[in-house]
Amino acid sequence: MGMAEVMDTSIFGLLPQLPNDQPTNQTLTMVHWTDEERQAITSIWAEVNVEEAGHQALTRVLVVYPWTQRYFSTFGNVSNATAIAGNHMVRAHGKRVVVALGDAIKNLDNVKATYAKLSELHSEKLHVDPENFRLLGETLIISLAAQFGAAFTPDIQAAWQKLMAVVTAALSKQYY
Amino acid sequence: MYSATEKALIASIWEKVTPHTEQWGGEALERLFAVFPQTKIYFKHVDTSPGSAAIRTHGDKVMKAIGSTAGDLDNMLTTLSSLSNLHAYNLMVDPVNFKLLSHCILVVLANHLPSEFTPEAHLAFDKFLASVAAILSQKYR
Repeated sequence: MGMAEVMDTSIFGLLPQLPNDQPTNQTLTMVHWTDEERQAITSIWAEVNVEEAGHQALTRVLVVYPWTQRYFSTFGNVSNATAIAGNHMVRAHGKRVVVALGDAIKNLDNVKATYAKLSELHSEKLHVDPENFRLLGETLIISLAAQFGAAFTPDIQAAWQKLMAVVTAALSKQYY
Repeated sequence: MYSATEKALIASIWEKVTPHTEQWGGEALERLFAVFPQTKIYFKHVDTSPGSAAIRTHGDKVMKAIGSTAGDLDNMLTTLSSLSNLHAYNLMVDPVNFKLLSHCILVVLANHLPSEFTPEAHLAFDKFLASVAAILSQKYR
């Protein structure tokens, strides 16, 4: 294309008109998943007991990192491991979180957009420190390791840890 | 720092680890390298491919060192003193990596001991491995 066209578009701050085979800004920032990673994620997801995994993961967060109980003052008794494990609000909330994870898994190529509203919710309404997303990601990995045993191989763990990192980044996006 | 229950949990879990230090130690390192490939930078002189003899030997060493202090938590500083020197003055492994390996050890425990690795045991062990890490990096500066 000629100089005139380039000058026109760049002066007004628009994206220059690239030939069609060039990556756009969006694809340059997309997360790249290999076929093996996708397979690792979907094959485990097909077998996950969503309610149990969520309950395990959230229980472990509240027990192992007790300062996280600050977010659950309306859940009744969450002051000790037995109370937490038996708390039906904790169980329901754990399930909700892992169900939401399913949305990310269905939209691996656009987790950021999928979680934009959730990110805003956690920042503006819930005021959750994003570090907690990382903690829950860790305990979910540990819960999956307990459920799947030998099937949760190092490479499968790696794919899931990448997923947790992507989810954490997406949920942290709307914070300022 | 540790309640009597936590000490008992750590000791009883570790009793189950003892017959498997080489296999599970090797597995923890294999997970570390798969999930956090940047950690392999400390092992350029070693074969880090999955199942390698060098990694099983090293994993065994790491697990046995952890085991040496699991039964005597009141004396961790003394037990780990020479390892603390080693990491500070020779190895100089960035302390962030202790967290990464600790996580992988917890994954191995959950993986092989799903019924014993309860949330309470998980808490006790997370604290314990964090203490080990703190002692190993204590003399860094």
